[in-house]
Amino acid sequence: MSKVGLIVKREYIQRVSKKSFLLLTFLAPIMFAALIFVPLWLSSIKGDEVKKVAVLDNVGKYAPLFKDTEDIQFVPATGDMESYRADKDREIYAFLSISADLLEHPEAAILYSEKQIPMSMKKEVNNQIEHILRDEKMASFHIPNLKEIIAESDISFDIRTVKWEADGSQNATSAEVISIAGFLLTFLIYIFITSYGSMVMQGVMEEKTNRIIELIVSSVKPFQLMIGKVIGIGMVGLTQFFLWGILTFVLVTGTLFILGGDTSTAELMQVSSAMDANAMAAVPSDSTALKLHEIVASIPIASLAINFILYFVGGYLLYASLFAAIGSAVNQPEDSSQFMTPMMLLMVFALYAGIYSVDNPDGPLAFWCSWIPFVSPIVMMVRLPYDIPMWQNLLSLVILYGTAFACIWVSGKIYRIGILMYGKKPGVMEILRWIRFRG
Amino acid sequence: MDLLETHDVVKQYANHLALDGVSIQVPEGKIFGLLGPNGAGKTTLIRIINRITAPDSGTVLFDGHLSRPEDVYQIGYLPEERGLYKKMKVGEQAIYLAQLKGLSYADAKKRLQYWFEKFEIVEWWNRKLEELSKGMQQKVQFIITVIHEPKLLILDEPFSGFDPVNAERLKQEILELKEKGHTIIFSTHNMSSVEEICDHIALINHSHVVLKGAVSEVRRRFRTHRYNLRIQSAMDFPKLEGALYSELARTAEGDGVYNLCIGKRPEVSNSELLGELGKQYEILSFAEEIPSMHDIFIQVVENKTLKTE
Repeated sequence: MSKVGLIVKREYIQRVSKKSFLLLTFLAPIMFAALIFVPLWLSSIKGDEVKKVAVLDNVGKYAPLFKDTEDIQFVPATGDMESYRADKDREIYAFLSISADLLEHPEAAILYSEKQIPMSMKKEVNNQIEHILRDEKMASFHIPNLKEIIAESDISFDIRTVKWEADGSQNATSAEVISIAGFLLTFLIYIFITSYGSMVMQGVMEEKTNRIIELIVSSVKPFQLMIGKVIGIGMVGLTQFFLWGILTFVLVTGTLFILGGDTSTAELMQVSSAMDANAMAAVPSDSTALKLHEIVASIPIASLAINFILYFVGGYLLYASLFAAIGSAVNQPEDSSQFMTPMMLLMVFALYAGIYSVDNPDGPLAFWCSWIPFVSPIVMMVRLPYDIPMWQNLLSLVILYGTAFACIWVSGKIYRIGILMYGKKPGVMEILRWIRFRG
Repeated sequence: MDLLETHDVVKQYANHLALDGVSIQVPEGKIFGLLGPNGAGKTTLIRIINRITAPDSGTVLFDGHLSRPEDVYQIGYLPEERGLYKKMKVGEQAIYLAQLKGLSYADAKKRLQYWFEKFEIVEWWNRKLEELSKGMQQKVQFIITVIHEPKLLILDEPFSGFDPVNAERLKQEILELKEKGHTIIFSTHNMSSVEEICDHIALINHSHVVLKGAVSEVRRRFRTHRYNLRIQSAMDFPKLEGALYSELARTAEGDGVYNLCIGKRPEVSNSELLGELGKQYEILSFAEEIPSMHDIFIQVVENKTLKTE
């Protein structure tokens, strides 16, 4: 086995056989699924307790108009507020006082309680008052059937989107599902690149502070060691990605099987709204709901997966080689912050560029960021589900890989000097000088 | 024949000259002491021999040819600053490092078992390195250095961190390796160990080789022509003065026994001197005062320091 092969093997096996890796790999998808499904499930469980709200209506026209719901029962108040406050046995949760005509005095309605009023109750009471007032207002125009006219013209609409494929067929798409897919991939690639990149840096620093480095570079070239480490750790990342992919597939298929085959997008939207509040507004009504499997089929999963791996590998090589150079130059983890801060800023910029590109995946920000290698792996995750032109995809990959290999070369130069330098923390100028040194 | 030669090796770092025209010859099958104060350039020279760094100019010959990348398989290196992977199992780690030196997995395992048994650390094979005591870690490190049976061993301060018992044991191992035909470069500050085990030395100071040669020859070169003499004389005798020698000091032990220190002229041989003395006194003992490597080291380094200042 070649030396690089030996190093790759060690880096890979040491990390994959760690308990923390196994735990993270197998628990993360379960936790992720739990994060989505548990709140959904919990919120679907209705409290069995019905809370009573006493309505003290001094105007006299509002009290009968309140409608009981599953959670709230409205009862007309029989005494004044003080008597309710004093009497603890009446099982009244809240006390609604309406002291004047609400169309003229909107501040005249107050909801009292000894406890903090739950959001859901406030919302419900608010809604009901709104409805009552709207009906009253409408009635005041004296137009016959106005309520029916308005109800009829209140149309909910969600346009169906269909994409023409090159082969002449057409596919139903869902902009929401696609943007959520983009979101997820953006976060995933961001987390992968940062966590595996910094793993490379830690590995390099470990060898340097351990002083095993001197022994190893007497057997292998520093560049071989660096490349072996970068490849080995990258393979750990890919392994984790594949395991997550398989696990997620199993979990999602399993969940869908339990929920029933014809889950509609509306339900999926509910799921996704747990993650993204914006998606709430986009919930399509049932009449226009598409079948989930149709939507999923519209996402180019194979090309997304291939691109994810290509961009992950490219972005990882780029960042990991820089992380390796930083790790080699410093002597203690504390010293690394000077070099890490710009890297982190770059990564955070990339993440934000990705998030802002979701709304406009073909806009100028997304377009130009596709050519910046430090940003493109993340931004492209947002753009790719929208099926961007092939030339943009290829050009962005070429620039990314070109820069990544250049970075590996430069980092190799810094690394081979840095790993053997102890003592004073080097400045940026000194590190730049190392690039020109002879081996 | 020399296993390793360097010719006019120069290495310049950003703001200092680490090596300036360094030429050394390391004879095959001998123990070669690489001496010098801290910061003299020893580590840089060792790194160049190990091909960790390249010289700016000058050449390194290994086994008769210009040093090649694959020569590292023939070199075993024990760095002064030692370290291994703390979290990795000892056996696994030793196999990995042996494989990096070109051994196959099976071969590495077989040889390691031999050495682990020899050093009585077999039961630690599956432990993490951090669980081992310092001394045991040193043993593991030594085994890793010699496991591929290299022609050339470079030991940088091998005795540091060893207790006296294990240091003695290590010394025996080193001598055994020499017996087997390995060439050893031994870098140290410990001059008494140099006298005990080194055949040749090179002393580096301020980036230059300031002294080199066989240990016996170097010590002869620094002889002061002073002798310690124990004689018996029937009666009081005058201060020893002759054409060949002069007395420097004397102490009387009683019963006509005296300890004398005498100096002779450089061109006079020991036999001549002894013959001359023997005519007059009963000689109980006669020994030349040969300077220790320690004295030579200090003398050379301080002279050099004075000169450069």
